[in-house]
Amino acid sequence: MKPGDLAGFCVRSLAGYPLRTGLMLLAMAIGVASVVVLTSLGEGARRYVAREFTSLGTHLLIVLPGRSETTGGPPPLLGETPRDLTVEDAEALRRGSAVRRVAPIMVGSAPVAWGGLEREVTILGSNAELYEIRDLAMAQGRFLPPGDITRGEAVCVLGHKIRRELFGNASPLGAWVRVGQRRFRVIGVLAPKGQALGLDMSDVAVIPVAAAQALFNSASLFRVLVQARHRDAVARAKSAVLDILRTRHDGEDDVTVITQDALLATFDRILTALTLAVGGIAAISLAVAGILIMNVMLIAVSQRTAEIGLLKALGAPPNQIQRLFLGEATLLSLAGAAVGLVLAAGGVIGVVKAFPVFPMAVPAWSPLAAVGVSLATGLVFGVLPARRAAHLDPVTALSRR
Amino acid sequence: MIRLEGIQRVFQVGDETVYALRDVNLEIGPGEYVSVMGPSGSGKSTLLNILGLLDRPDEGVYRLETVDTTELGDARQAEVRRHKIGFIFQFFHLIPRLTAAENVELPMILAGVAPSERRGRVETALAALGLADRARHRPDQLSGGQRQRVAIARATIMRPRIILADEPTGNLDRTSGKDVVDTIEALNREGLTVVMVTHDPELGARTRRQVQIVDGRIRGDRREAP
Repeated sequence: MKPGDLAGFCVRSLAGYPLRTGLMLLAMAIGVASVVVLTSLGEGARRYVAREFTSLGTHLLIVLPGRSETTGGPPPLLGETPRDLTVEDAEALRRGSAVRRVAPIMVGSAPVAWGGLEREVTILGSNAELYEIRDLAMAQGRFLPPGDITRGEAVCVLGHKIRRELFGNASPLGAWVRVGQRRFRVIGVLAPKGQALGLDMSDVAVIPVAAAQALFNSASLFRVLVQARHRDAVARAKSAVLDILRTRHDGEDDVTVITQDALLATFDRILTALTLAVGGIAAISLAVAGILIMNVMLIAVSQRTAEIGLLKALGAPPNQIQRLFLGEATLLSLAGAAVGLVLAAGGVIGVVKAFPVFPMAVPAWSPLAAVGVSLATGLVFGVLPARRAAHLDPVTALSRR
Repeated sequence: MIRLEGIQRVFQVGDETVYALRDVNLEIGPGEYVSVMGPSGSGKSTLLNILGLLDRPDEGVYRLETVDTTELGDARQAEVRRHKIGFIFQFFHLIPRLTAAENVELPMILAGVAPSERRGRVETALAALGLADRARHRPDQLSGGQRQRVAIARATIMRPRIILADEPTGNLDRTSGKDVVDTIEALNREGLTVVMVTHDPELGARTRRQVQIVDGRIRGDRREAP
């Protein structure tokens, strides 16, 4: 039997039972479509997170005071003395050759008042370089001026939400606002940038770090943001930061440095695992479709007993009959997968249209895997019915009408 | 041409052992026109199935054109069926979703005959049986006699040497039954060996040789003088 004739015969017999064939196609199509759409959602989530991280700024290292380690042990007990991270520490980091910019960060909360209005907001104490490191943009005015970091000028930059709340439509530039017990002159307003890692930059007031130290009466920094010279220098910058701080802190490693890449890689792993898991769950529906195919093919074999008997009488050897039924299962899987891919394309386009912000993307492997799995299930679950057909006794098969 | 020696076929029905055929010896020469007659359950259909290689005897040797078919595997037996034997059934066994022409074409598809050659042969076969205008009809659009003639066209399309017919007129009215018998006899006149199972004495009387089977044994073997 020629391959073309085999395919033709299979198509004819599938077309002979349109309802049954249609239902099986539907089951297979839903399986394939759900695999592709769900993995695309997972991939979209991964890209979304990656994009958010990039918006933090590039080649970023975050230096945190303190370090998680086990202390104690045999006497004499030496208690850990966590050293604060200070502005001087931050300034010292500039000596690293791989370090391009350094921004100390001090965080606190204080009421900001103007006119009769007052609002409790997050106060960021930092320097001029925060602007480049966090990739900020100005809506009005300018950012903190560069200059001596130990001098706390009484100037501040407002997030756009505070500006709207306190000033309404009036221009805040040049106005004096009260922050805690001190007065600051507004020199700029940040452009809306959205959230990054939980900190809403629209609801902060940025003041020079020295002013923040005076305001909160504290010398310790919340963290230090360090920008490496380029991507490849991140590792060097990290070891430089650790070396410098160890020297300054009497040989103790009491800071933690997180690189953006490491954070990103972690999230990337988590989300890739999530995508695979979701894809796996969707693949269960493919297996269900496979079992459905087996079920329906078994019914087909018993429905078409007489036909199988006839084919045997006409001289079809057992393996040829097996090929005919396997061919039908294969065709069903392939056609179902094709319909499923069309459905998936529709679903993906629909999501992209509905949520343009969400960077939904079909991972290249997902349609291939879906079609592969559907074909494999079709074949695996087609074998049993096909074998049953092939080993049917022609005499009993033909004796039935 | 056909030579059965000591053929035995036993079925197990529950606890009982049923001898469908016992010690059957039969020789059929080329071009013979044989009817196998007997009451129902006498084993005549089993005999036909064994002749058609659809069933294997439990004992004995079946030689078809000197080949011992009992020693052949399933695939080889299928090949013999494909090229040497044509079946005609009481219930026609046409595939309902295929047209008359496609039903006739089926054995050639299974045998892997080239499509260009198939078309011509189907046309010739259908025309020879007066079915040229019914080629595009499906079985449910044909009368019983037409269906059986389509089945005959299918049985002969591979130019077999032997035609095995199981009650070919059993499901037909008199007129179309006669048409079908005429068709089969015409094939016999062209030199095909025809073995026909029937319990219609009138039909049996038309054949030149009548084999009687009772309880799995050959009870009579009457030949007409040529």
